[in-house]
Amino acid sequence: MAIAVALWCVIGLIAVSAAAPALAARPQPLGTRLVYGASLILTGLLLLIGIAALLGGADFQGQKVLPIGLPWIGAHFSLDSLSAVFLIIVNLGGVAASLYALGYGLHEEAPGRVLPFYPAFLAGMNLVLLSADAFSFLVSWEFMSLSSWALVMSHHHEGENRKAGYVYLLMASFGTLMLMLAFGLLAGTSGDATFAAIMTAAHPDWISGAVLVLMLLGAGSKAGLVPLHVWLPLAHPAAPSHVSGLMSGVMTKVAVYGFIRVVFVLLGQPQWWWAVLLLVLGSLTAVLGVLQAVMQRDLKRLLAYSTVENIGIIFIGIGLALAFKTNGMGAAASLAIVSALLHCFNHSLFKNLLFLGAGNVLVGTGERDIEKLGGLIHRMPRTAYLFLGGCVAISALPPLNGFVSEWLLLQAILLSPDLPQWALRFLVPAAGAMLALAAALAGSCFVRAFGVTFLGRARSTAASEAHEAEPVSLKAMSLLIGLCLLAGTLPGPLIDSLSPVTSFLVAGHMPTQPLMPLLSIIPINESRSSYSGILVFGFIMASSWIAIRVIHNFASRAVRRAPPWDCGFPNADPATQYTADSFAQPIRRVFGPMFFRLKVDAHMPRPGDPKPATLAVTLRDLVWDFLYAPISGWVMFAAERLNVLQFLTIRSYLSLVFAALVALLFLVATWA
Amino acid sequence: MQHFSLDAAHMFAGGMVLVSFMMLYQDRILGLINVFAAHAVVLTLSVSWQAYIQDAPHLYITAAIAFGLKAIGIPWALHRMVVRLGIHREIETVGGIGPTMLMGIVLVALSMVVMLPAAAEADPIAREDLALALSVILLGLLMMVTRQNAVSQIIGFMSLENGLILAATGAKGMPLVVEISVAFSVLVAFIVIGVFLFRIRERFDTVDTQALDDFREGRE
Repeated sequence: MAIAVALWCVIGLIAVSAAAPALAARPQPLGTRLVYGASLILTGLLLLIGIAALLGGADFQGQKVLPIGLPWIGAHFSLDSLSAVFLIIVNLGGVAASLYALGYGLHEEAPGRVLPFYPAFLAGMNLVLLSADAFSFLVSWEFMSLSSWALVMSHHHEGENRKAGYVYLLMASFGTLMLMLAFGLLAGTSGDATFAAIMTAAHPDWISGAVLVLMLLGAGSKAGLVPLHVWLPLAHPAAPSHVSGLMSGVMTKVAVYGFIRVVFVLLGQPQWWWAVLLLVLGSLTAVLGVLQAVMQRDLKRLLAYSTVENIGIIFIGIGLALAFKTNGMGAAASLAIVSALLHCFNHSLFKNLLFLGAGNVLVGTGERDIEKLGGLIHRMPRTAYLFLGGCVAISALPPLNGFVSEWLLLQAILLSPDLPQWALRFLVPAAGAMLALAAALAGSCFVRAFGVTFLGRARSTAASEAHEAEPVSLKAMSLLIGLCLLAGTLPGPLIDSLSPVTSFLVAGHMPTQPLMPLLSIIPINESRSSYSGILVFGFIMASSWIAIRVIHNFASRAVRRAPPWDCGFPNADPATQYTADSFAQPIRRVFGPMFFRLKVDAHMPRPGDPKPATLAVTLRDLVWDFLYAPISGWVMFAAERLNVLQFLTIRSYLSLVFAALVALLFLVATWA
Repeated sequence: MQHFSLDAAHMFAGGMVLVSFMMLYQDRILGLINVFAAHAVVLTLSVSWQAYIQDAPHLYITAAIAFGLKAIGIPWALHRMVVRLGIHREIETVGGIGPTMLMGIVLVALSMVVMLPAAAEADPIAREDLALALSVILLGLLMMVTRQNAVSQIIGFMSLENGLILAATGAKGMPLVVEISVAFSVLVAFIVIGVFLFRIRERFDTVDTQALDDFREGRE
């Protein structure tokens, strides 16, 4: 049975993790290669199982109960089409990251801090997807959180990473607490916490609503929904780059999986206000995430903020699917959920790719600040072109895959006038506008990221002495860009393969995507809209080729003599180039005063004063200022007050225990 | 026979609650040790009776352990300890005897109110045994909270342990291993606390726990 093999693979990953400390102690690079090689093979197997379970149907799915965990209950695991989709996403990311790390991992200064936790992290994510009862789900979830926390802390010598780890740990515990409460409400007093039992039980409206809010807090904090995203841009960049890619590209998807599993499968029929909540949060997340990304100078943090944006897009899709599902519009709901799932898949591909590219830049130059990079296209051309591919994909430009899912989502948004609720009819187009704004800003964000990092001239010696990454790392990235192109040009089979999931989740499915004519995809019906990735790809290729030929063949080859043009750089200093900050300045001017309390402090010396002019820009994170700062203030206040409890006598402690016991007994007596 | 066995089981368990009240009342240390021995004797009787009516011979072993350790061994050792420590003086209680007794009565009432409905489906012997055992446990805790002298706190702790054993034997099918391990944990706790008592006395010339707290506060 496939599920048994999958569980064996997970056990194998845990075994590798257990053996890793011994391997890390051996002379490198053997230990590193062994750990990442084993992870590569095991995640590859899990990937195959995921594909088989999605395409092969019931033959490759199933349940399994292991006699571990809670006594007499055991741990339930199951593999169905929904978990298969995410199994593919997770393990595709795992394969790419492991392959990449075969080269990148050799540059790790402290392999002993990374190697033991890396396979454990992969195992934890897979376990979350396979769990089929609340207890094993929560344990796996926490296992995933803690192992990724250990990876975030692997470079703990830098104070910033320690802060990131602390914030991450706090938010992760908060999220798990919320999930625990959600599952507690779902399981009720029956004590049967298997998903199958929860699914068949009837839940009153207030319980379903409370569970939805708790899931938004719990899974949303892990996925990076605003305003619970604050840990994400701190923690994701702090980890080694292949782990950053996994955390950003894959772990956030595991959170999305948890949300979908509970809200679509366990809760039953949704209520329409759920969709309102999700659409508002999703659009807020998308816009705020990308606005923050445009402002960042740290390449990896920029990518992390862009993850926040993409999570917003995914949640808009999920919210739309809920809205359509409430009203029994199966086809529209399936379109929305397909766009969300497809975007999960696509984002996991290109975000992984971009983080791996950032890893190459980090190894090649030792810099993450894009203001100190530049001109890398000459020193590391292959990384540059792969990164460019990722940028094109994430900016949702055809013919790559980012376009397909965002286009499908916009198609779903266009169906909103059919919704009966007025609130949704007004809200969905607004969310669509926010989505369009986010997509445009993402485009500018990645033009900036790529242009400042790879084009122009080197802004520091580190950048001018950069070196290209290992061939095996570049192979991992080529694999990802290849998949991006494949998913972008031939999305039809992908959409078809998702139909068992959509009929499972929203009791509807999209029209079967015909392989002909022109390999196009059709969201609703052929007369309304269609898109053919391969046609667009072919057109782009052909028109570029023709343009190149025309220029080469018909341009004048006569030698011309002219005064030397200095390529727009009259001053040899690289600081005269266009900088990242100057690129972001127009957007900063528009959105800064509202979203970041922008303060620009320009100081011009008086005439005759030889001091240089200074320009200081301060941006404040309003979420931090208005939400987290007051909360931490209250916590500190309460801690000060409760500090007295540290210095009581033994008898006072005993009295406290006694009083608590009596109070609880009293409660039991009056309750019954 | 059924009625008689039930009544006798209740008599012994109720007797333990009564002796617990005697302990709460007793404010001389040597007298307290004697009452504790009596507590253990009643426990022995109760457990043996349970062994007889449940037809569970292994409970006789529990009874023997209770008698040997708690009715003879520990009281004897405590006697010696008290004499060696030289504390024959009166022990002070917090809040006076009267309020403490009143509070004890409230606790017994509370445990009845809690346990009788909670265990309504259990058979009558187990049900009322559990209610009385909870009373004994609460009274033991109350004793630990209200006394300042370390020796009487130990005795409160051990009477609490007696309540646990009463509860364990009242329910059918509790394996012997559990009871033996409980008995040994009590013994270990006793030894550890005994050692500490002497160490405390060495340092502070008293076993009044107030001295410990005074010392700690003085240091800060």
